[in-house]
Amino acid sequence: MFRYILRRLGYGLLILIGVNLLTFFLFFTVNTPDDMARLNIGGKRITQEQIDKWKAERGYDRPLYFNEQAQGSEKVTRTVLWERSVSLMLLDFGRSDSARSTDIGHEVATRMGVSLQLALPLFLLQLIVSVSFSLGLVYFRHSRIDFWGVVLCVLMLSISSLFYIIVGQYFFSRVLRLVPISGFAAGLDAVRFLALPVFLSLLARLGGEARLYRAMFLEEIGRDYVRTARAKGLGESVVLFRHVLKNALIPIITSAGAYLPYVFMGSLVFESFFGIPGLGAFVIEAISGQDFAIVRTMVFLGAALYIASNVLIDIAYTWVDPRVRLS
Amino acid sequence: MRGIAVLRQLLTRLGRQAAPALAVMAAALVAGCNNSPYPVGAERENTLFYSFDERSPRYLDPTASYTNPETAYTMQAYDPPYGYHYLKRPYQLVPKSAAAVVKPRYLDKNGQALPDDAPGESIAESIYDVPIKPGMRYQPHPAFAVDAQGRHLYHSENPLSRAALGERRTPFDFAQLGTREVVAEDFVYALKRHATTRIEAPVYAVFAEYVIGLKDYAALVKREDAKLLAGLPEDIRDKPFLDFRRWPLAGATAPEKHLLRIRLKGKYPQWNYWMALAFTAPVPWEADAFYAQPGMNEAGLSLNQWPVGSGPYMMKEFVRDRRHVMVRNPNYREDLYPCDGMPGDREAGLLDDCGKKMPFIDKLYVTIEKEKVARKEKFKQGYFDVPEIERPEWGVDFRNDADDSDAVAALFKARGFQFPLMTDISNWYLGFNMLDPVVGKGATPEQAEKNRKLRQALAIVIDYEEGYGRIFKHKGGVAAHSPFPPGLFGSREGSGDFHNPVTHKLVDGKVVRRSVDEAKELLAEAGYPGGRDAVTGKPLVLNYDFQRAVTPEFKSENDWMVKQFAKLGIQLEIRATDFNQYQDKTLKGKHQIYWAGWLADYPDAENFSFLLYGPNSKSKNNGENISNYENAEYDALHRQLQLLDDGPAKQAAMDRMTAILQHDAPWLFGYFPWGGLAFQQWVHNGKPSILIRDMAKYYKVDANLRAAKQAEWNAPVRWPLVLVALAVLGLVWVGRRSVRARETATARRHAAA
Repeated sequence: MFRYILRRLGYGLLILIGVNLLTFFLFFTVNTPDDMARLNIGGKRITQEQIDKWKAERGYDRPLYFNEQAQGSEKVTRTVLWERSVSLMLLDFGRSDSARSTDIGHEVATRMGVSLQLALPLFLLQLIVSVSFSLGLVYFRHSRIDFWGVVLCVLMLSISSLFYIIVGQYFFSRVLRLVPISGFAAGLDAVRFLALPVFLSLLARLGGEARLYRAMFLEEIGRDYVRTARAKGLGESVVLFRHVLKNALIPIITSAGAYLPYVFMGSLVFESFFGIPGLGAFVIEAISGQDFAIVRTMVFLGAALYIASNVLIDIAYTWVDPRVRLS
Repeated sequence: MRGIAVLRQLLTRLGRQAAPALAVMAAALVAGCNNSPYPVGAERENTLFYSFDERSPRYLDPTASYTNPETAYTMQAYDPPYGYHYLKRPYQLVPKSAAAVVKPRYLDKNGQALPDDAPGESIAESIYDVPIKPGMRYQPHPAFAVDAQGRHLYHSENPLSRAALGERRTPFDFAQLGTREVVAEDFVYALKRHATTRIEAPVYAVFAEYVIGLKDYAALVKREDAKLLAGLPEDIRDKPFLDFRRWPLAGATAPEKHLLRIRLKGKYPQWNYWMALAFTAPVPWEADAFYAQPGMNEAGLSLNQWPVGSGPYMMKEFVRDRRHVMVRNPNYREDLYPCDGMPGDREAGLLDDCGKKMPFIDKLYVTIEKEKVARKEKFKQGYFDVPEIERPEWGVDFRNDADDSDAVAALFKARGFQFPLMTDISNWYLGFNMLDPVVGKGATPEQAEKNRKLRQALAIVIDYEEGYGRIFKHKGGVAAHSPFPPGLFGSREGSGDFHNPVTHKLVDGKVVRRSVDEAKELLAEAGYPGGRDAVTGKPLVLNYDFQRAVTPEFKSENDWMVKQFAKLGIQLEIRATDFNQYQDKTLKGKHQIYWAGWLADYPDAENFSFLLYGPNSKSKNNGENISNYENAEYDALHRQLQLLDDGPAKQAAMDRMTAILQHDAPWLFGYFPWGGLAFQQWVHNGKPSILIRDMAKYYKVDANLRAAKQAEWNAPVRWPLVLVALAVLGLVWVGRRSVRARETATARRHAAA
């Protein structure tokens, strides 16, 4: 298994290099360093001298891909692509292009904590509620409860998450006045601010997740081992929780594992609407501010987390199903 | 897999035993629920609560900061020599850290004194001797902390290493704070900083044009900085202290401790206005020396987050993109509330605090609010005293909401919201690229005449009174007849029967827009009868280079604009671009019709007329003249305007410039937007203004009234939660029954079911 993990991590490194190249290429196809400078300097009366100074200060005064003025290997190494890529691969995220005093590494660490406060409870609750709800539907399969449960799921997944946010904010903050409409505070006080986004995000995702899990459980429930368990005289709840759930864990792990990167990287929509200063909001600001240093860091981290979560999923398979061998 | 079973058993047991405790906790949580975003009791403090948009300011360094949202901080923290009278309009300069607003002395090219009314062309040098108020002190800061021998504790004589800095991330993490008196040398130091190689200096180009020796000084600083950095890594984060005190600047000196002398090339009456901006506020050299030390930048310790000023407030908490808290500067000088204002100010209660010491408020508590809906809601709930302190459109927006709904209007009235409204010195205009062959200057005199008539026809049919007077009222304003907004010396907007004779006429003493038929006649003369090319018969298609993505909000405005052009049978194509593409187009002169606005730096006509000054062409010289308009007479008048003091000659020049622009129509003048603020009933002394950015010190809040009103407006409604809890319990009960029925069902019952 160790060799397998090493190999997967090796592939991961290649993917990260590819992602870095692609991000660089796409970003600088749309924006030039001059554009970035102009937007970031902002204000009025911008002169070319100021633009040049801005670029020089951040190392954008060099050619992007190939430096014809340089000699030997410096033709490649004295470029924005090389300098930025090497530092990134060494996990030196540097400073923000727009706010030079912002150390990206520190900012990511700080904001990841905030994003986790929103996403971790959501992730766990989502898993528990979706699995419980879908198991309930399966328990009452082919009954009216199941029928109306599925209808409810379809209804819930048909509604945009923005609708949940707007109605939720209106109802809970404006009409019932139970929670702040937006904002964030550190420590225990965070509960007041996170309760509503967690609840609404849970609702927004419940329909889709529950339908997916229900389908998985239904597929399992028709298997021979379930019939055997029943033939042994086991109760339906024991059959569901002890046998069906155990055997349906692989797709659940796959689905939940794919969500893991978002746990760390934050939710773009919910953080933005609820004024939660996590990584999701950080990405949005960086994109709108054409802050390449932050954008590339976040894309890189997102890709790295995705690779890591896939490796973890593979390892989890061996735990869930002893027949799985990683080789 | 045994783990799952164990977990299940554990949860079941826990569930049974902890259920009552959980129920009590849930009840306690619900009992403590409310929608206040602030800590308990915050509403009773002498604090002003408001929000900021999108993200934290990038630059709070007074040399680098040049955007509107940043002024909401820099102008509270710094104290420039001059400011504007808070209540009087047109704007009047008043002394702030200076003891008086001074008139310059003029010298000719031989250094001989000239009279005050000497012609601008004869003046070779202007000298401003600005007396600085004695006894002013900086805010408490570790950069000023000294020991008994007067040696600095945290820099210079006792430099800090990265290790010694440790985990400190704010100036208030240092054990010792100090202060010192503000002296004229600090103003000199601030001016020298515009020649910096280290940070952005957006007005360096303007200053270098006038301040004697600044251009050479910048070259010198560049050389000296290169020497300082020689041998250090290129990407070094903590660059050594660049001490501007080492090199004198001819144009800025301090002959006495409290006398600032500024020498300018020629005559530049607008210089006084620059002295009302943070660019000229005093900066202590200790701040640069302190923040240049190892590890400071990485720890977020810089002037961009932690200003070191002598203004009414100081930054106490800076949590990037989350919260900024400014508190009263305990060392702030004596500053008294004005005792005179405009007619109506006394009745509005704006003179009630005459002669009282400012600032009135102890703390400015600013939190991020990205979404408009949430921001407006928090204002309506009473949690924001003002939605945003620096944005003048909230009052207009709320007024528009009230106009749309009687219920909303009644709510606003019941809650006593205040929405004072006025126009201010900014504008929005539709411009033509004069380099364009269809709408521009034209290659031949005949073509120029035709194109001019086309522009004039369009100027008539775009009905700003309808669009931004009655439809888009949330962004509305007053239709403009010239480039000079009301509130400037020489502006004739809104006075008597002043109007643009090309687009409007007088009917029964009233100014009314000319008819579409008159526009059609002009269009026919331009060679496009009925909106078709008279020669080819092809329809006339014009392109509108819109500088951002067309969101639903902008789509309705663009649709309206298309309809205006369609009145003449002209097809308007919306070419929506992003900011980069738009910049690229305008720099290359590839745009045709565009939409832009200008928020004045200072209340002088020159700050608007330069937007159409030929040498400022965007496509040729990267200037602010996006229309690339050139007119020899206009350019000469602009140069003349730059040298004129307020008076009849300046008025005459402005009138002539207005007439030229009305005739040439490089802009459709658009409108002067309303500036409207939104205040809660417990906030006093609010008066809208775009130029006055240190407004927080004038505001006053009644915290007890706020607390009472917040409690009244936001009493939680808890009974629906009890209903929900009962419903959940009911569902659980039904579920349990169903499970039991299912588990105990016999085959016969099951089959029967």
